[in-house]
Formats: sequence, structure tokens, C-alpha cells
Amino acid sequence: MNAVLDKTQSATPDTQPAESLAARLLRGIGTHNLSLLIALACLLAIFGGMRPDVFFSARNIENIGQGMAILGILATAQTIVIVSGGLDISVGAVVGLSTVGIALGVQHTSSAALGILFGLVIGAIAGLVNGLIVTVGRVNAVIATLGTMAAFRGVAFIMSDGQSISIFHPLFRQIGSGRFLGLQITIEILLAVVAIFFVLMRYTVVGRNIYAIGGNPVAARLAGLNNTRYQIGVYILSGAAAGLGGLLLAARTGSGQPISGSDGLELQAITAAVLGGCALTGGKGTIVGGVLGVIILGVLNNGMILTSVPTFYQMVARGLLLILAVLVAEQQAKRYG
Amino acid sequence: MNATLPQPSREAAPPLLSVRGVSKRFGVVQALAGVDLDVRAGEVLALVGENGAGKSTMMRIVEGVVSPDAGTLAFDGVARNLRRASDAHALGVRVIHQEPDIAPDLSVAEEPFINDLRRTMGVFLDQRDLLRRTLALFDQFGLRNSLSPWMRAGDLGAAQRQLVEIMRALRAGVRLLALDEPTSSLTEDETRRLFAIVRQLKASGVAIVYISHRMHEIRELADRIAILRDGRMVTVRAAADLDEAAVLGHMVGRPINNLFDRAKREPGPTVLALDRVTTHRIRDVSFTIKAGEVVGMAGLIGAGRSETASAIFGADPIVSGTISLGGVPLRLRSPADAIAAGIGFAPEERKAQALFLLASVETNITLCVPDLISRAGFLRAGAAHRVAREQADNLRIRTPHLDQLVAKLSGGNQQKVVLGRWLARQLKLLILDEPTRGIDVGAKAEIYALIRQLADDGLAILVISSEMPELIGLSDRIVVMASGRVAGEVSRTEATEEGILALAMTDNINSDRTDL
Repeated sequence: MNAVLDKTQSATPDTQPAESLAARLLRGIGTHNLSLLIALACLLAIFGGMRPDVFFSARNIENIGQGMAILGILATAQTIVIVSGGLDISVGAVVGLSTVGIALGVQHTSSAALGILFGLVIGAIAGLVNGLIVTVGRVNAVIATLGTMAAFRGVAFIMSDGQSISIFHPLFRQIGSGRFLGLQITIEILLAVVAIFFVLMRYTVVGRNIYAIGGNPVAARLAGLNNTRYQIGVYILSGAAAGLGGLLLAARTGSGQPISGSDGLELQAITAAVLGGCALTGGKGTIVGGVLGVIILGVLNNGMILTSVPTFYQMVARGLLLILAVLVAEQQAKRYG
Repeated sequence: MNATLPQPSREAAPPLLSVRGVSKRFGVVQALAGVDLDVRAGEVLALVGENGAGKSTMMRIVEGVVSPDAGTLAFDGVARNLRRASDAHALGVRVIHQEPDIAPDLSVAEEPFINDLRRTMGVFLDQRDLLRRTLALFDQFGLRNSLSPWMRAGDLGAAQRQLVEIMRALRAGVRLLALDEPTSSLTEDETRRLFAIVRQLKASGVAIVYISHRMHEIRELADRIAILRDGRMVTVRAAADLDEAAVLGHMVGRPINNLFDRAKREPGPTVLALDRVTTHRIRDVSFTIKAGEVVGMAGLIGAGRSETASAIFGADPIVSGTISLGGVPLRLRSPADAIAAGIGFAPEERKAQALFLLASVETNITLCVPDLISRAGFLRAGAAHRVAREQADNLRIRTPHLDQLVAKLSGGNQQKVVLGRWLARQLKLLILDEPTRGIDVGAKAEIYALIRQLADDGLAILVISSEMPELIGLSDRIVVMASGRVAGEVSRTEATEEGILALAMTDNINSDRTDL
């Protein structure tokens, strides 16, 4: 039990200082994160109470962390997209496309590094395509990325000929299940990405401008910002993040599969971002909130499996959670408006 | 012109609406505190007060959208408990808000009759019947020339939308009509027409509550004036018993000095020069502004004033002609180019076009000075704070702290935040489009003083305004626009409201513009 406590504490410091910083810098918005922490505590109490033996075991907590890694990267990137006033539904498909790209890259070049680069570049190009369709084509982001979701999935099947492609390079096994300084590498990659996104959105001019173009695109243009460039950049970032997610998935499964990432990853990423306080109208949301949203989802997923909730019911629960998150956000917006 | 005061016989009957001891609190803000108010059939009651005085809350309570914490509402002497807008509608209460409340895809004719459309053969809309009834309604108020029955409601201008809303209220048997700042986006002409309708309604026994910041309109229309300050009813008196200074004094709670006092100054070299500038919305526009000069721009809605501002600010592509700043021709591909050249622009719609409502005062002020507040792309919190603090102090922005969301400030302070954003930069030219729209009297005086001071410091300023007294009071020269062209220029000494209006109406008819 002691070891267990240590684990939970080692998971919180990443969000804790950020949270208190958020509370200090943005007075009102801290309350949302606080309510997320309370919700998380409730979930922990429920599942911990139902399966006290398993739920808080070191192994399970690592499981939760593992399971969150890909979602965490996608959800924090999604947070940035939503803050900028967009939405990226294609991320799950890009994950699948990227796993195929990586597998093919490794197969043809026998170089892990080139394979990884290939996967990330494919992700970034997919993001560029999304960005161009949304900005230059002026297509609504939901429709644009819904369309590219199907298209990217198709490209993944074409590239792989519909087959799963195995990756034999040892580096991938290392990334997928290895440890560095005692912590799983997957989790470390997640933490690094989250840290970069956090700094980007909070402490840079670029981040502040992303909030601005999402909050009021007309005013942003009249304040001299190049909205198009920022929007395209944000979609590229989201695509590259999905490419990285593909790397983690390929490393875990040891293969590139066109079908991977199609199990509602985009839905969960959007759910986590909205849970974290993103307004779908743009301009509002934080990386810390997105991370808390991911943790809540991760704990919920894991808890439902441990308490033997049937898979189909889990799907219903995930869908309802997204709607619930939006409902709560609407109520809050009403109170402030 | 002013109607006589209500007849004694009418006063004997219970007032149409009687508000007693109404209080309402929103969080920490006491919006209304024990307000009493009577509105009688067939009178125009002007409800005035600074922004935040409680006028809107009052109207929302009367409309049934907000329920009071304490106090009662009685209609025709019968106490009523309004739970929702439809309760108020059933009692004949209608409020026309500044924001239009219409279905954009219905036609003008369908709007008022939407609950009562007749059909032919059981299924088809009886267009002939609808047209007949609509035209009858138009004729009643002489609107045949102002509205077209089959126009899409979403394509109407502000004035026409308002007329449609009034028609709808009439159709529903309105007994108390409240108009919230109805003339804020109307031209003089449209205002005249609205006044005629208001008088006609009043004559037919409708009670009118008229909310406005414009004193001359209140003088012209109101039988009685009710003045709110900080949620309390300061006084309700016959309009004849209150002069303008007294009204302003009651609103602000202190005497108001002359708004447009200023020293005479000598303008410097030419800063802005437009030479036959043409965009798809304006044509051959030429004028200049010198350093230290305030140039006003007058014209009716759609005359091309805001469009000229857009062109100067790089927001509208220029087809031909040149804009030069300090003698150097500008190549403006986007607002970013104009900003880089030293132009600042406070647009007409503060909330929609300038402010980031979910962001802090500090972020809003420092958005256009990234170089001052960052190093290698990383924000320096201290520097941002200093820049914002300096502007907030200079402009006397009333905010509890710089992290306050801009959405929570009053209109006047929001406008100061927009000005602060530009004054944080080194400007050569500042363009202000309707700088005091929706701003209360106290803040207006501060904005006027600021414009004056900025000009004295050598800034070139272009002020676009639909408020003639403001324009004449502020400007050294006034450029009058009509139908996308410059119709003429008048100096400060020769400017009169009539003269400017006459220019603004020139070639209004033989316009070759086809768009709205």
C-alpha cells in the first residue's frame, strides 16, 4: 500500500505546480481545474472502493499511465486546436496512417530513425492538409476533418495494402515497454510533450496569439495577426502530435496497422479537452485542464475494465461523458455571460 | 411638437404598469434597489442612466426574462408574477433590444404574421393574403417606401430590422413598448421616421418606455423622465421640469462641465493623405489629416465611412488610388501592414471587432506590442504588466486588477482598453469609429478629453461618428461622405448639423452603387 501511495504522488507533481500556477495567474479559471480534481477524487474513491486490491496496485497505476500516453498527446494537441477555434476529428486516422508510415519506413530503410521521421512527417503533412482545407478552402473544421478522417484512413489502407506490417527493430520494443530512469519511456514522452505544449500556450507570444485568434478572429485580424498562418500551424502541430501518437502505438504493438487508432481516439481526445474546460467556440481552455481531462478519462476507462463493465456499456459511458462535459461547460458559460 | 402631459382623467385610472420596490442582485452587484416606477398608457417615459445604472435589468424584469429578488409588478392595477417572456407578451409588453431578435430567413412580411399564416388549399402559404395584411400594416405607418414585404429579414439594415420588430409587436397587440437605445445605429432620417411611429403609437394609447443616452431625443419625445443611478430611482419628473444639465447631473451625481472645451492649436505637417482611393465599396476618396488635427467623418449609414477606415487600415483591398502616411505611399495587404506603419484603429463594434472578451485587461492591452513584452518569443510577465499598468493608469481604466476579464468591464472601460492597446504603440494616426457608442456620459467626457489631448500631443486622428454634436464638437474639419464618395468638407467654424446633413444627402439617389 505504501508503494502505491508513492506512485500516486509521483504522478501528481507534474500537474500540481502547474495547477497552483494557474490558480495564481488566472484567478477564475482555476476553479474549473479544482472541480476536475474533485471529480477525479470521486472516481478514485468509487473504483478504489470497488476493487481496492487491484485498482491502487503499482502495476495498475502504470497501466493507467500507459493507456493515457497516446490519448494524452492527442488531447493536449486537441486542446490547442480547439483553443484556436478549430477542431480536428482526423487525429485517430492520422495515428493509424502514421503507424503504417513508420512500419513501411523501417521495412524499407531498416533505419528506426528514418521510420520515425517518416511517421512524424506524414502526421505533419496530414495536419497541413487539414489546415489548408479549413483556412484556404474555408471549409468548416468539423466537416473538413471528418472528410480527411475517412480519406487518411483510406490512404493508410492503400499504403499497407490492408495488411498489418510488423516492425522488428529493437528500438521500438524499447520505446514501447522500456524504462529510462525507472519510469516508462512512453510516459516520459507524454510528459515531455505536455510540458512543451504547456509552455507554448502559457509563456509564449505564439500561444497568446492562438488564444486571441480563437477568442475573436475578427479582432485578431484587426490587431494585425495572421490568422491563417496560426491556424495552419495549429493543424500541423495536431497532425505531428498524432504522428507521435502513432509512434507510441507502433512501438507498443510492434506493427503498423491501418485500422489502429480507429477505436474512437478522436472522440476521447475531444472529450478530454472539453472536460478540461475548452469552449468549442474557441479562445478558452488550458493544457493543465486537458491533462486533468485525460487522467479522468484514463481512470474511468481503467476502472470500468477492472469492475467488469461490459465493453458496449463502456462505449455508451464515453459518449455520454462528452455530452455531459459540454453540458457543464454550457452551464458555466451561461453563468459568466 | 411635444405632446401635452397626460390628462388628469387618465391619471385616475391605475397606471398600465406599476413597479413597486423592485430589487435585483447579480452576485456582488446590486443591479436594482427598491425601484418604484409607473408607466401610463399613452405616454412616452424616458428611462435614462449611465451604463450599469440598472436600465437593462429593469427592462428584463418587465419583460419577464429576469425575476426580481423583491418587489411587485402590477399591470392595470393587478399584481402579476412574470415567469417568462411569453407571460409578458400575453400582457402586451414588448421590448425592442439593440440586438435584433428576428429570424433571418423569414421575409419581412412573414415576420409579424408568423403565428397567423393563412393557407390556401390547406397546405400552401396564402401569399396574397399575407401581402395584403402586410401592406395594410405598412400603410398604417407610412412604410411602403421603407420596407419591401418579400425581403429576407436577415438582409435588412438595423433600422429596417427595428421596424420589422415594431410591426411584430403591433401585430401582437402591444400595450407597452420599450425601446432600448433604438437610434444608436440609425441615421438622422431613420430616426425621424422612428419618432413619427413612436408618436403615432403614443397617440393610439400605447405606453412607450424610451431608453437612450441622447439628450436631444429625450427632450423631443419624452413626457416624463425617469433617472436611474446605481440601481436606485433618483427622480421621475415631467420632462418640462428637467433641463439637460439637470438630467446629466442626476445621472452622474455631479455637475458636468462643457464636454468640448479645448485650446486652439496649430496643425503640423500632413500625416495621412488619401488620393482618389477606390475599393469595392468606396470611390475616389481623397482627404488629408495633419499632425495634431482631429478630422471628423460624417455621413449616413452605408455612406462609406467605416469602409474608408477599413481601407486605410488595410482591411479592405484597394483597387486604385494611394494612401500615404508621412509622405510615404503605403502598400497595405492586411491590417498588420497598417499597424506596422503606425496606424491604430478602434472599430465600431468594440466587442465583435476589437476585444478578446475571455482574455484579461492586460492581454487585451498588450496584444499589439509583442516586442515590448517578450524576449525570443517568450512572454516576460513583468514587462507585460508594466505596459498594461501604464495604459490603465493613463487612461484611468477602472478595473480591480489587470487580470480581470475584459468582458466584466463597463462599455466605457472596454473602449479605454481598446485605446490603450493602440496607445501602447508609437502611433502616427489613430482611427476611431463611433468612439462613444453605448458609453455613459461620464466616460464619454473622458474619451473626448483624451482625443483632445492626443491631438495636442501631435497625433493625427480620424473620428467617425453618427452623433452630430460630438462630431462638430471634436473635429477641426469634417469630411462628409455620401454613397461611397466624399460629398464635401466643412471646417469647424462653418459646421452646422443642417449643413452636414444636407451634404450627406447629396446624390443619395443617383448613386451608381448596386450593393446595399
